[in-house]
Amino acid sequence: MTDRQTDARIAAKPALRRFHQARWDEKLVFELGTPGERGVLPPLPEPAVTAAVGDPAERLPAALRRAAPPALPELGQQQVLRHYLRLSQENLGADLNVDVGQGTCTMKYSPKVNDGFVRDPRIAALHPAQDTSTVQGVLELVHRLEQLLKEISGMDRVSLQPGAGSAAIWTNVSVIRAHHAARGELEQRDEVITTAFSHPSNAACAKTAGFRVITLHPDADGYPDIEALRAAVGPRTAALLITNPEDTGIYNPRIAEFVRIVHEAGGLCAYDQANANGILGITRAREAGFDLCHFNLHKTFSTPHACGGPAAGACGVTAELAPYLPRPTVEFDGERYVLDDDRPDSVGKIRPYLGAVPNLVRAYAWIMALGAEGLREVAETAVLNNNYLLHQVRRIRGVSVPYAEGRPRVEQVRYSWQRLNEDTGLHSEDLGYRAADFGTHYWTSHHPYVVPEPMTLEPTESYSRADLDEYAAILAEVAREAYEDPETVRTAPHNSTVHRIRPEPLDDPALWSVSWRAYRRKVLGEQP
Amino acid sequence: MTSAPSARIGLVVNPVAGLGGRVGLKGSDGAEVQRRALALGARPQAVERAVLTISQLPPEVELITADGPMGAEAARAAGRPARVVHRPAGAATTAADTRATVRALVAAGAGLLLFCGGDGTARDVLDALGPEPRLPVLGIPAGVKMHSAVFAVHPRAAAEVAAAWAAGLGVRLEAAEVVDRDEAALRAGLVSARLYGRLTVPVLPTRVQQRKTGSSGPDPGTPAGIAAEVAERVGPGGLLLLGPGSTTHAVATALGAPHASLTGVDLLRLGPAGALGPGHADGLATAARVLIRDARADQLRTLPATPFIALSPIGGQGFLLGRGNQQLTPELLRAAGRERLLVLATEAKLAALAGRPLLLDTGDPALDDALSGHVRVITGRRSGAVYRLSA
Repeated sequence: MTDRQTDARIAAKPALRRFHQARWDEKLVFELGTPGERGVLPPLPEPAVTAAVGDPAERLPAALRRAAPPALPELGQQQVLRHYLRLSQENLGADLNVDVGQGTCTMKYSPKVNDGFVRDPRIAALHPAQDTSTVQGVLELVHRLEQLLKEISGMDRVSLQPGAGSAAIWTNVSVIRAHHAARGELEQRDEVITTAFSHPSNAACAKTAGFRVITLHPDADGYPDIEALRAAVGPRTAALLITNPEDTGIYNPRIAEFVRIVHEAGGLCAYDQANANGILGITRAREAGFDLCHFNLHKTFSTPHACGGPAAGACGVTAELAPYLPRPTVEFDGERYVLDDDRPDSVGKIRPYLGAVPNLVRAYAWIMALGAEGLREVAETAVLNNNYLLHQVRRIRGVSVPYAEGRPRVEQVRYSWQRLNEDTGLHSEDLGYRAADFGTHYWTSHHPYVVPEPMTLEPTESYSRADLDEYAAILAEVAREAYEDPETVRTAPHNSTVHRIRPEPLDDPALWSVSWRAYRRKVLGEQP
Repeated sequence: MTSAPSARIGLVVNPVAGLGGRVGLKGSDGAEVQRRALALGARPQAVERAVLTISQLPPEVELITADGPMGAEAARAAGRPARVVHRPAGAATTAADTRATVRALVAAGAGLLLFCGGDGTARDVLDALGPEPRLPVLGIPAGVKMHSAVFAVHPRAAAEVAAAWAAGLGVRLEAAEVVDRDEAALRAGLVSARLYGRLTVPVLPTRVQQRKTGSSGPDPGTPAGIAAEVAERVGPGGLLLLGPGSTTHAVATALGAPHASLTGVDLLRLGPAGALGPGHADGLATAARVLIRDARADQLRTLPATPFIALSPIGGQGFLLGRGNQQLTPELLRAAGRERLLVLATEAKLAALAGRPLLLDTGDPALDDALSGHVRVITGRRSGAVYRLSA
């Protein structure tokens, strides 16, 4: 199909936005530039300086000096700016499109005023190694943020050191390990229980920490099978890592029972609240009996996801587990804020210094701007938005809403295109590619798919009714095309930057390249 | 869509269905295979399984069927009156007899057709009814492997569905796939299925088994991880019976026995501790030997020690026992017990079950009950699931 035909098809539907994305065929930055090209040329030292101190490089230990210059791209400033502006035109994101399709990720608006606080020299110019007497303000902010999150979670202490959601899960698992080790039960308690709908980092962190992982699958109603939990617990149980609501958006009303079963077996319970957007100010980990919980500040508390980091995690624990939290902690001695690094039972450092301080500043500002009632309103608006979108999407041909038929959802829904797949042979991924032609996208689910042909939508509190209507109209149009003009969907995207990509370079360890060096070795076949 | 213009149920039994199962022949198509099966000591089971269904049918249902082993015998054994509407030509029944019976049952006004057999019988029924027939049809499972989605999960479940249909209660009619697997290719070690056509099937949720999904490649790295866990459980020098399927075959390969059968049951002896050397420190200290490839039930009757039994469910359908591994007799399973039954599946395979339980149908209801409940499933190295297993 030509682009002109595609344009005509879109033009015939005035309700939908006309969209065409840039495609620059831009090379990787490593393939750009000219040898010797520079963005900045610092002047040589004055002869008098050289005469007085010699060559500064000579003063570095030999082991720290490179034998050859690093293999960095050589570009002028304009080339760099042009490169990254082009890439930014080939992207979608929360500040550009209606981004409700990245379900579970809570892509809410990150208020730009909070970036202003972070760029303020009083934050931006600080060095983490400064004497604490000179950084009392930022220590106070971190301390106050901990007090706020204690209140929000109900837990006794909160660590803000993790730099991401997975780092927060790793912190929880490390605390669980330290707890059982201190009781002499670590060898015996070698099993961690989690669920099929939990974020894969729960299982991954538990395994990395040396535990065996037992997965509970959903029962017919979509809840983790409580009978399977009863069969799974025993003297080997170290912990349960669980989310509520899970990715289905269905609240598990028996969560306290899950916790009780695990506690009776001697295990700890960690509540994965990475996304707590539907329950802020409504329920707390403490009241459900949990020993640990964590929030992703880049989900629920509005700080940017930052394209893979740094983000920020916050781990809350009971007083009994507080000695194991990462060190140092920020304490207030009645006069001054101090760092307590003398914590012999601590799991150590998850990240250097205090964590991702810019994100702590943003989260603090966001919470303070809303207040307690505002936080609850966030959750209520997110739930309302989600159920409004659910009402719109469930009427689209080929969509079904697995589990808990007819019941409202909390903050997100995992839909299924199985019926459309049976009718047309097209897959959920195909529809996602076609959605890119209308300037949006959606995420299916983690693998392996438990819900067949999945689509996970989470509108958060940030989007207006008009935004949600536009998103639902795009999905309805894509579904209509799937039935009436499947070839257009099968060959999509037509108006987007990216065409279909092969899955192997993402799935196959022999091919995936997370660095230029790996790309040269694995794909170009160069010898290191 | 609900059912039941008439509570007249037609029954056709393929008496030779399932003959090959207990003797490891992977099917029963064709007179030669049936003769070999009988020579190996196979006993016809289809009639027995039809009796299980018939005896559970509500009394108000009118049963019509064919004479002799194709229906009347089973009805008599179940103590049910049945009107005979067709008489097969000879003593040895054939596919042509099945087709002729189906046509006679339709002519006599059957509102629901029950057939007792396997995939081959399903194809004969479809041939007799013509393409995309509207008449509701349900299979009583009695074949060796039943990959079509037209079978009740168990003979008793077939009676449940038929009773609900007769009472006009909440039975949905769905088009269900009949698949054709080349038994000759299967015996040659190839797993391949093709769609043969569709029948209209009455459905009560969880009582009709799902079509087997085409086996996809297992997750990279997983079979080695599962194998390591199996080796740890069985221990050096231990005996292991490995059921059919791509997962178990990949596990056998990882255990050092790449020549294990894809579709049969194999008896393996694991190697001594450290047999593969320090490079395989991850618990995989074994170089297994295949003691019996493609074992028959009688070859497994006396073993030097109680073996572990490792099984993987049929993908997308969930059968762990009673489909394609009937060589594992109730006696053998009882001896091993739940402790020595190792259930293997990748996470993807469990996810594809979409919450439906793993199923078993050993032919021994008491054993089915004893093995039912929540079982540990080995899904990879240091990874498992707890999953429901039910009859």
